[in-house]
Amino acid sequence: MSKDIIAAIKKNVVQGRKTQEDVGIDDNLARTPGVVELVQQALEINISPQVIITEGLTAGMQVVGEKFSTKEYFIPDMLASAEAVGAAMDIMRPVLESANVETKGKFAIATVKGDIHDIGKNIVAILLKGAGYEVHDLGVDVPEEKVVEFVREEKPGYLGLSALLTTTMTEMGVVIEALKESKLRNSVKVLIGGAAVSIEFAQEIGADAYCVDAFDAVRVLEGYQQTG
Amino acid sequence: MQILTDPGLISFNQEAVDILHSHGAAVESISGDHQSWQVKIPEQVVLGAMNSAPKTVKLGARNPDNTLIMHGDEPRVYLITGSETNIWLDVDFPTYVSKTDSTKEIRVPEFKARRGTVDDLCQSAHVCEHLEMVDGYIRTVNIQDRDITEDNKDVNKFFASLNNNTKHFMSGLTSLKQLDNVVRMAELIAGGEKALENNPIISFITCLVKSPLQFVDDTTETFIEVCRRGLPIVVSSSPQAGTTAPIKEAGIMAQINAEVLAGITLGQLVNPGTPVLYGSVPVRARMDTLGDSYGSVETSQYNIDCVQIARFYGIPNYSTSGVCDPKIPGQQSSIERLFSDIVVTMSGPQFLHCAFGLLDCNSVFCLLQAVLDDAHFKMIEFFLRQPRIDQSELEAMLKQIREVAATPQKLYIGYIRPVLRSGEISGVYPFEGSGEADDVFELAYERMKELLARPVEHIDRKTTARIFEEIPGILPRLNIYETES
Repeated sequence: MSKDIIAAIKKNVVQGRKTQEDVGIDDNLARTPGVVELVQQALEINISPQVIITEGLTAGMQVVGEKFSTKEYFIPDMLASAEAVGAAMDIMRPVLESANVETKGKFAIATVKGDIHDIGKNIVAILLKGAGYEVHDLGVDVPEEKVVEFVREEKPGYLGLSALLTTTMTEMGVVIEALKESKLRNSVKVLIGGAAVSIEFAQEIGADAYCVDAFDAVRVLEGYQQTG
Repeated sequence: MQILTDPGLISFNQEAVDILHSHGAAVESISGDHQSWQVKIPEQVVLGAMNSAPKTVKLGARNPDNTLIMHGDEPRVYLITGSETNIWLDVDFPTYVSKTDSTKEIRVPEFKARRGTVDDLCQSAHVCEHLEMVDGYIRTVNIQDRDITEDNKDVNKFFASLNNNTKHFMSGLTSLKQLDNVVRMAELIAGGEKALENNPIISFITCLVKSPLQFVDDTTETFIEVCRRGLPIVVSSSPQAGTTAPIKEAGIMAQINAEVLAGITLGQLVNPGTPVLYGSVPVRARMDTLGDSYGSVETSQYNIDCVQIARFYGIPNYSTSGVCDPKIPGQQSSIERLFSDIVVTMSGPQFLHCAFGLLDCNSVFCLLQAVLDDAHFKMIEFFLRQPRIDQSELEAMLKQIREVAATPQKLYIGYIRPVLRSGEISGVYPFEGSGEADDVFELAYERMKELLARPVEHIDRKTTARIFEEIPGILPRLNIYETES
């Protein structure tokens, strides 16, 4: 029974079916339980959250990643799977906290002051949530004070800053300077991304990393996970 | 119409003169080295012929699924290869090392021209069988093997093409003496005389007109004989604006129309009801050489004009696109061919000779270019698909917009998946390289090799044996059943 549910979770992650309302890719899955319903069932019969995550959710995302790299899957497929995993993680978070299971950490993300472009930011948020991070989306046109306040209060391990425009990218440096002034800079890894920025700009303003796209953001954070 | 009575046309073929004269054309002998006649065709003779010319033409195929039905008043386009080139272009990818940094290597396409052979024709027919966008096959290469003569060229080009391709096959004739042999070959493949009539797996193209306004002796004779057999035929004219036709658009259009109407009239007088295509291959002259400039913008305009003229008469149109001026594949060939491919296809000719793989104004054929052209026509096909705008679609979109507007992320990405694999979204360019590398030629080359490795449905053993038994002159090496054993 438990093996069947875990296999079904993995399969539905691959299909990108968050709930039973989603059609996925294979027609024969319509109206069958999606990842959310299956994870609830798994928790009800006391399957360990670690098993759900490693053998169901993560194993499914690994298959999705492989299909993406062979161009069988595209970004909408990847996002659908990540959203399904993200929804599953929301359900499991209280269980994980009560069991003192260590999570991958908090990731805050914002589009900087003066900039309202958020497609890239939203995609990063979805993918990182799907990768198991606790994502806090601070929104668009976010002033540095609000970012600093969030870092002080919520203590995220990672901060993502996004900007599309050459006129707003300088705000990223303003945020980093504000973190320094508040003596919070060393508490958080700052990642930047967006069409206007580059690795050179990241070095110039003192960011920890430049992410060329949303997948790069996942790779960078996974790198931090491995190096501690 | 006025052109056909004043000045009229000159015919170097006496039989054509006799036929036209017997139906009311005024004829006057012209003195000179070559016997010729001035022929003035009255308007009512032309209009009568237009009435008897079929408005729907069926071109059959070895595989009946590949049958082409063309209605003169319907802008449905079939894409056809062609035409005969003397030069076959091989491609290789040698590696070059940077002079300043020996660790840097690049592979560069290198093209080598050589005379075409019957093996090349087999390869071309084979690949075109598998090219998704090719609806019919006109041989792409002139076979110039040592054992090919004027007498056996036709039977070999017909057999090589038909044996490696199940789509409709159109060709010109090298020798009229071979007409009965190629028709017999087609009958054997189609299943008999009646079967060929119902499923005309072959058709012919003749350039009976030499611009301006002349019927050539030998091609007119071929044209008359094909019409007598009732097989589909293209009446083709290819005036060059600036040399053999006026440089101005109105002039070349008036002349090409007169030339094609004269040909159609002759064909209908020979055998009323003969299926004909209004064949237009107008081109502008290059100003630097006075050679053809198929890549010129005007050439596309002329072709579109002819599509509209043919539609006026309700006769299916044979049009041309994709012919380009450069000698090898590259940016110029892509730009010139894509420009005409898009605009001429949009004008809706029924039979579009779209020069798959042709370069250097139809003098060179490159299989790699044909593979590229197939991908480009896939894009054009998608561009010209029927859009879905109806009430239920509008309501569904309104619902979607309202749903997304109510979400914090305001992204429509979640709605992509249901249409991602339904064919409603155009595909990625199939020869896209990774990163900044331009791998188009190499990827297309891989595709070409993949298509060559894919089997084709040859003519069956029994029919092949009968063809070799009854039709003289086919090269023994083309009999795959004999070479297998």
